[in-house]
Amino acid sequence: MIPAEPYVQAGFFYGLISVRKHLREEAGAEMTNVQSIPSPSVHTEERAHEADHPSSLVAAFGVDQPLRLDCGVDLSPFQIAYQTYGQLNGERSNAILIFHALTGDQHVANVHPVTGKPGWWETMVGPGRPLDTDRYFIICSNVIGGCMGSTGPASTNPATGKLWGLDFPMITIPDMVRAQAMLIDRLGIETLLCVTGGSMGGMQALQWTAAYPERVFSALAVACSTRHSAQNIAFHELGRQAVMADPDWRGGRYFEEGTHPHRGLGVARMAGHITYLSDAALHRKFGRRMQDRDLPTFSFDADFQVESYLRYQGSSFVERFDANSYLYLTRAMDYFDIAADHSGVLARAFRGIQTRFCVVSFTSDWLFPTSESRALVHALNASSARVSFAEIETDRGHDAFLLDVPEFFDISRAFLQSAGTARGLAKGGRPT
Amino acid sequence: MSLQQQVLPLTGIGSRDTGQYRGDHLLVAEMVERGSKVLDVGCGDGDLLQLLEARGIDGRGIELSREGVNRCVAKGLAVVQGDADTDLVNYPDDAFDYVILSQTLQATRQPRVVLENLLRIGRRAIVSFPNFGFWKMRLQLLVGGHMPRTENLPATWYDTPNIHFCTIKDFVQLCDEINVKMERAVALDMYGRPLRVNLPWWFWNMFGEQGVFLLSRAGQSR
Repeated sequence: MIPAEPYVQAGFFYGLISVRKHLREEAGAEMTNVQSIPSPSVHTEERAHEADHPSSLVAAFGVDQPLRLDCGVDLSPFQIAYQTYGQLNGERSNAILIFHALTGDQHVANVHPVTGKPGWWETMVGPGRPLDTDRYFIICSNVIGGCMGSTGPASTNPATGKLWGLDFPMITIPDMVRAQAMLIDRLGIETLLCVTGGSMGGMQALQWTAAYPERVFSALAVACSTRHSAQNIAFHELGRQAVMADPDWRGGRYFEEGTHPHRGLGVARMAGHITYLSDAALHRKFGRRMQDRDLPTFSFDADFQVESYLRYQGSSFVERFDANSYLYLTRAMDYFDIAADHSGVLARAFRGIQTRFCVVSFTSDWLFPTSESRALVHALNASSARVSFAEIETDRGHDAFLLDVPEFFDISRAFLQSAGTARGLAKGGRPT
Repeated sequence: MSLQQQVLPLTGIGSRDTGQYRGDHLLVAEMVERGSKVLDVGCGDGDLLQLLEARGIDGRGIELSREGVNRCVAKGLAVVQGDADTDLVNYPDDAFDYVILSQTLQATRQPRVVLENLLRIGRRAIVSFPNFGFWKMRLQLLVGGHMPRTENLPATWYDTPNIHFCTIKDFVQLCDEINVKMERAVALDMYGRPLRVNLPWWFWNMFGEQGVFLLSRAGQSR
């Protein structure tokens, strides 16, 4: 039907298979059987291994280089797992730093080491793509607090030899950015040609421009905001409560106790996933269609396709993501408010800034609606910043930034090309 | 009138390049000093901004239509989606050297407020608009008895976005009323060519298809 959404479509059909398989396993169950999220097939130890020894490049920072966190703690030692694509030019002027969203990771444009799926932004990143790896040197790191190799609650605490769990200090978006700046220092890059990301990734891009304006030549901020809204905090709280209500969470020490809060985390993901879509997209994809049946079963089985799809989203998520990490990262987003760090006046955060901005929002995104982007644009205008702002019409909701939306690609490509030209990059990524 | 000055040849653009640009755009671009910072309100597809950037001018734009904005951004221009009537208030005083309102004044809800905002945000404003006193307009109303429609203004009365038409004479009166100084005024004929400067105002108002005005705040010499 829609070749444009291979990721979602593939996931959906896989969902049908897995749910059916699950049904067979439950054969003999009563008519009113209740299907919850199945336990993950990837073993907890394997995920823990990826947290400490990632299938990525690793920048390790010793006790002499602590990460100063907003909560007042010095995190040390710590490590950052990252991926790079393309070549850094001789002048070190073609580097682009990408930030992943809440449940993303550094595997932007390569096969994921745990799930075996393609990178999460392969539509945007690659040879000839808007973020052209033939032209730019592209870096993406796992955020601090994540679970794919950068130090977080799923990592081993060197002081105790056990996983950090809830002993891990609370982190913020500015903390993530401070860690990334240390990585960029380590890579010997003074100024980034562009910082970019969507959702929580867009927050990091904006935080970069506020914290290190002179190190950011341009910023492409997609489907994001300078602060997390009350509604978004509310949804995050729902997700956290779902995780913590799961008896297998065990106060965050599920690893030691050999359990896994896959039900709670699955429910959190299901709720989150609804916010990433839109009414129109759900209606178009699923409507009220039944799953492998013509009549309702009069049970709590997944009669509707949309239920089957959501259960798949929940169960596939728990395979790859750490529950505590989900708690920490949602909290970091909740705390985010750039204006609050500048006496409540957003424009002050960008005063005199020379960075070129491109802000993009999507019409059906109700998680980070256009009004949030517009408030950012007004603040940038008040700071006389050079800003482009495009709202793209789509019914695919917040997730549109991950999907095949040609208008978004055209805008991103042109914005980067014009930034590259302004910075003196020729076609090949070398200065003219 | 003394404020009507001779149109100078364009500098910075080779003669073979001028063919691709609209006459009024070329005239506006020529009024802007090099190296200045410009806001184009109602920038459409960004043709004027591209012309300005080609001349080394730091150009920004506001455009109402989403399609227009996206086409501008896809050209690498710094354009935001916005409405001249509601969004100009968000810009600080003196943010730009020039604010341009090209063929847009007649489509705003409050032309007077917009004009005042232009000269608050910018030290100078350049305003161009279709002259409703153009003889073809007058003739259609007088002889045809219907609302005028021309090649440049093809919309019917019931679907036109142009809700505040004015003549060159009307515009000059408004400028006097709100104490705006006209530094330069030019009328373009139906082929986009400037009319001779030594002609009287009534002639401009009759034979100018559009007016282009360079304005500044009265009582200021910048």
